[in-house]
Amino acid sequence: MLEAALTPLLLTLKIAAWATFLAAVAGVAAGWLLARFDFAGRDIVDAMLLLPMVMPPTVLGYYLLVVLGRRSALGHWLETNLGLELVFSWKGAVIAAAVVAFPLVFKAARAAFEAVDRNLESAGRTLGYNELTLFTRVTFPLAWRGIAAGAMLAFARAMGEFGATLMVAGNIPGRTQTMSIAIYEAVYAGDDALANYLVVIASLVCVVLLVMASAIVKRGHLRLQRP
Amino acid sequence: MRTWIGVGLMFAVASAPAAGQELVVSAAASLTSAFREIGSAFEAEHRGVKVVFNFASSDILLAQIAKGAPADVFASADQDAMNRAEADHLLQPATRRDFASNRLVLIVPAKAAPVAVTELAALSQARFRRIAVGSPQTVPAGRYAKDALERAHLWAAVAPKLVYAQNVRQALDYVAHEEVDAGFVYATDAASLPAAVKVAFDAPTATPISYPIAVVKDSRNRAIAAAFADYVAAASGQRILARFGFRVP
Repeated sequence: MLEAALTPLLLTLKIAAWATFLAAVAGVAAGWLLARFDFAGRDIVDAMLLLPMVMPPTVLGYYLLVVLGRRSALGHWLETNLGLELVFSWKGAVIAAAVVAFPLVFKAARAAFEAVDRNLESAGRTLGYNELTLFTRVTFPLAWRGIAAGAMLAFARAMGEFGATLMVAGNIPGRTQTMSIAIYEAVYAGDDALANYLVVIASLVCVVLLVMASAIVKRGHLRLQRP
Repeated sequence: MRTWIGVGLMFAVASAPAAGQELVVSAAASLTSAFREIGSAFEAEHRGVKVVFNFASSDILLAQIAKGAPADVFASADQDAMNRAEADHLLQPATRRDFASNRLVLIVPAKAAPVAVTELAALSQARFRRIAVGSPQTVPAGRYAKDALERAHLWAAVAPKLVYAQNVRQALDYVAHEEVDAGFVYATDAASLPAAVKVAFDAPTATPISYPIAVVKDSRNRAIAAAFADYVAAASGQRILARFGFRVP
């Protein structure tokens, strides 16, 4: 029984961790750009970046399949040049989960950057910081908490991701079968005991990880503020 | 520090490297239990071959194959999905065949009053307030049920009572938990929960319910894929399918 949970659990953690990482990098970049630069059509870009939250995951998964599949230009290029096959692989599951989780980091990061006092940034400039050090020493540490909160939501969302993942990565035990998909399969096979067991494990692990993460964020916040 | 090691480990959990020849079989979710056993039996007879299953609804499997997913074998729960695969030239010619059949049955909760219900016309009675059925848009079992009701000229009377499920399993669960008074599922689904549901009668379908299997055109292991399809259709596969309530095509 433990083994039945362990393989999908480790896979889910790996996929959720990578997806959160990718979503965080992209979300922080996009959030910063939209918070700092006012350009024509900013609201439209903002709305479009939130679309993955609106779309049913299966539909999103279908679009990803269209874009990343062997038959598409991008999918073909990735396969022939980088040897990267995304469909039916855990990397495809990472992409699916990252896209679904992205808006959560992006929205949190944009709000966090907008809340940073611009006077502090100006003060940094008078101290001779260039734009990069300004970002790493002033802006990011001040926005860090909001971004971390968004990243945690993204991680939870990535752990529970089902529809888009099933579409892109399939339901292959040991390779792409995440917790959510293992639960789906257990229910479909009429194995309610296994399904309930997997649900409990997934819930426990997610709660423990998020509690741990918020503890780290609290400490990290203080440490980043001090210098 | 320790927390960062933990974070690092989460990224690094290794996936087992693929060894030997691997066969990816995309099969309809209703075949899950039976195909898992067939897979082990096939592996035992074919040294060095690993059968990897991808179970989902037939429509999802078809969409994946159409976009170039690396599947070797496609087993669908209805002819419709396979017809579309064939029309789009996704299959190896002459590898398609039917390997199993099923029946559409009307089930009622096991605790329901033992009033004999023997025909579809009974569903228009007031004591059937809600009836679960797979959504005809996406679930083959739902298409069969709608078809049966239409041919019995009962669709107009029964349609307002229908509760649409996303898949057959969900329709089965609605009946098992007595959320509805009756439901349309396959005989194999009904057989999986004998304590919770009972079969009232076989619903007549215009066409027999048969499961087709075929080798995918882009398969990289055509010989083994063909061997697997043969194995499912041969006596060895049929014995296992029969244990899960499937019949010969």
